[in-house]
Amino acid sequence: MSGPSDFQPTNPALKWIERRLPIMGLMHSSFVAYPTPRNLNYWWTFGAILSFMLGVQILTGVILAMHYTPHADMAFKSVELIVRDVNYGWLLRNIHASGASMFFFAVYIHMFRGLYYGSYKEPREVLWILGVIIYLLMMATGFMGYVLPWGQMSFWGATVITNLFSAVPYFGESIVTLLWGGYSVGNPTLNRFFSLHYLLPFVIAGVVVLHIWALHVAGQNNPAGVEAKTEKDTVPFTPYATMKDMFGVSCFLLFYAWFIFYMPNYLGDAENYIPANPAVTPAHIVPEWYYLPFYAILRSIPNKLAGVVAMFGAIIILAFLPWLDSAKTRSSKYRPLAKQFFWMFVVVCIGLGYLGAQPPEGIYVIVGRILTFLYFAYFLILLPLLSRIEKPRPVPNSIADDVLAKSGGKAAPMVSTVIALMVAGGLLLGGAESARAAEGSTKPPAQKWSFSGPFGKFDRGAMQRGLKVYKEVCASCHGLSFVAFRNLAETGGPGYSVAQAQAFASEYKVKDGPNDQGEMFERPGRPADYFPSPFPNEQAARAANGGAYPPDLSLITKARSYGRGFPMFLIDFFTQYQEQGPDYVMALLQGYEDKPPAGFNLPEGSYYNTYFPGHAIKMPKPLNDGQVTYDDGSPATVAQYAKDVTTFLMWAAEPHMEARKQLGLQVFVFLILLTVLLYFTKKKVWANAH
Amino acid sequence: MHACEPIAGLRSHGKGANRTILDCLFRRNGGGKAVFLPPRGPRAPAASLRARFRVSGAVPLAADKKGLEIVTTASSADHPTRRDFLYVATGAVAAVGAAATVWPLVSQMNPDASTVAAGAPIEVDLTPIAEGQDIKVFWRGKPIYISHRTKKQIEEARAVSVSSLPDPQSDEARIKPGHDQWLVVVGICTHLGCIPIAHEGQYDGFFCPCHGSVYDTSGRIRQGPAPTNLAVPPYTFVSDTKIQIG
Repeated sequence: MSGPSDFQPTNPALKWIERRLPIMGLMHSSFVAYPTPRNLNYWWTFGAILSFMLGVQILTGVILAMHYTPHADMAFKSVELIVRDVNYGWLLRNIHASGASMFFFAVYIHMFRGLYYGSYKEPREVLWILGVIIYLLMMATGFMGYVLPWGQMSFWGATVITNLFSAVPYFGESIVTLLWGGYSVGNPTLNRFFSLHYLLPFVIAGVVVLHIWALHVAGQNNPAGVEAKTEKDTVPFTPYATMKDMFGVSCFLLFYAWFIFYMPNYLGDAENYIPANPAVTPAHIVPEWYYLPFYAILRSIPNKLAGVVAMFGAIIILAFLPWLDSAKTRSSKYRPLAKQFFWMFVVVCIGLGYLGAQPPEGIYVIVGRILTFLYFAYFLILLPLLSRIEKPRPVPNSIADDVLAKSGGKAAPMVSTVIALMVAGGLLLGGAESARAAEGSTKPPAQKWSFSGPFGKFDRGAMQRGLKVYKEVCASCHGLSFVAFRNLAETGGPGYSVAQAQAFASEYKVKDGPNDQGEMFERPGRPADYFPSPFPNEQAARAANGGAYPPDLSLITKARSYGRGFPMFLIDFFTQYQEQGPDYVMALLQGYEDKPPAGFNLPEGSYYNTYFPGHAIKMPKPLNDGQVTYDDGSPATVAQYAKDVTTFLMWAAEPHMEARKQLGLQVFVFLILLTVLLYFTKKKVWANAH
Repeated sequence: MHACEPIAGLRSHGKGANRTILDCLFRRNGGGKAVFLPPRGPRAPAASLRARFRVSGAVPLAADKKGLEIVTTASSADHPTRRDFLYVATGAVAAVGAAATVWPLVSQMNPDASTVAAGAPIEVDLTPIAEGQDIKVFWRGKPIYISHRTKKQIEEARAVSVSSLPDPQSDEARIKPGHDQWLVVVGICTHLGCIPIAHEGQYDGFFCPCHGSVYDTSGRIRQGPAPTNLAVPPYTFVSDTKIQIG
């Protein structure tokens, strides 16, 4: 891609091929001999990190598609089966789901880097525009991927985003119907989104090839923003850039693995562990964090069409950047004003991201409008103006001069920027958090759980007692439909033997059939059977429970959460606190008050619970002291029952948690070793170039 | 190592640049008989590639100009052994990581836990099957033929000389002792997996319509392309009238 290569293979067979298809020469000139500026900093490794992420997403995605069922009735369940039953399915799903966030995280750094160093300027305009196209494709792919698990956020995200197109004058409704394949979001929508979600990554890969081609024609930009002129200015791609990129990828993997193995749900929404329900909208529709700034722009504009135009405009405007900023100096390093405004723009973007997660009311709306104005003003007013009035500092004569000018102390700004970015990213996530916090209920107290932290393990005794509590109390109204009897004997579970699980199963009557006479019949349960639900369907459950639907408990500890607020959510990332769900369930079970506080109007047929959102719960107080007999001498108190059943339900929601944390430890030991080795290798290789 | 000076770079027009980093990393000191290749002969393919880029690029861009003037500065090592060790160690650790990564990616293709659990043994009640009748049940997704054989069928199966069969096996070895009348076989033709039809073919056993394999009343291959007898699944008699398959 960078022009001709003198590469000639020595092997006669390869020579034969090379004469007919010079692919090795192409690879050699593109990825071995290709000259890269020698002053590139670590922000330039994000190109390699992004290529790596695209590969990871395609590979894990293709694998997940082997097990996933794109049908409205089965999609949610099939995702749960991947996580529970497929060998390493939990790992593959975590890699793919966190991978989407990591991909966007890396692309934002990549884009801001291009913005700061003027990488869009002549002769790299087409390169930049191809990047904007990739970013748009990524957004579409990410959105459709988020729909596939078919949880509540999937469904309502799909509804809200497809409805954006209804803003199109005259044709709007027809376009939306066309997207849906029906009169509402439904099975045809899910099917086509699956198809497109599979297709688009390959389109992205194609545009990435063009992106790299354009890059290798124009040559890489660099922190100094001056073109390479002599041989002193560059080093060959291999081994210099290759080693540096590998070290960068390895560092990135450490960050990524933290999410995969220890915080898989940190970036997700608990609401998406509730199966899609077209009759109930979640209290707060919040997109994934990487769409929040644009979501904020959409909501800031009081007119439907104008809002949609502004949202898409905010992305499209990037494509015009090469012409909006006509300053001759590329790198902001030498543009004292542009540099400051760049950081202000970063703050504006993060501020918009924060607002995107807040409820659209009061001060948030006003600030949102101001920031939206500033976002567009940066591109349409500030950059054109700056390029006319700013007096840039002199740029170095050559890249070699730039390298000689700074012999040390280069890492410091990089580190401080990383810290600043992490705090800012945390703020963004915190925004999403606090939206959930605002639902008007008391925060449950944080409990000590044996399964929390990087070395957490389930307490077997608590799980066995919890199973008893579930069976004797909860099971009369709540199902546990994703848990099979065989799971009770699996490693990482309550620690029963296969025979015990079989005996436990045979106590249940399971409906089977039809038999040879075509009739359904009941038989004793087998290990392969799932816990039978107490009601045949939702209507029957509602009829028997005064209109309320007792939720299935398989995922309840993951489907419930509460906001931790600033700065707890940031600390949680490092302490790996992720037990909001268990804390909530345990608090709820103990949160009943006989008398509601004065002034609280309790509806007929409801009970007062301190921790239930809105406080009026339809479930009567389920647990009382002495209700379940324990044979291991544990106290028969509500507090003990609540703790035990919550432990059991946490396992039910994530049966492979112990495996996840164990493998996580091994992976971290490995990655730290690899990163250290790569660091020294990179240092040795670069020692020649300095 | 001294032979590795121009690692992967372009020295001047048409020279050097033939070795990759790997050549250098894995070459021991002793065997420093590095072969420098003669300057390239016909440069047609690469040159035409270059020409094409030139045409489409219209303006000669930076890379075009500088591409051939790069000198690689990788010098010979001061501490060859230490450096070699570092490179080899890094490469080895990376290779181990790559190999370990492949494991879950392949392992996921095996049957998942619910499929394995659904393949548990099944029980079949034999009482409704009259003499001369057979039924088909499914175990692990495979059809299992359970035949209640007549006296005549049993005799036919035992009359043939075992050594004359393509896959020699006695009828007694294919049934459970004391339950001579019950033949339990996997109803999948050993040729290419079609389902043979019971009570068809010239041996009163099974006939596969796909490619004409004929099995006898013991499920043994007698004629046609199938290489082996119909498989007998693992099963036991729980009682005289009930078997457990699996």
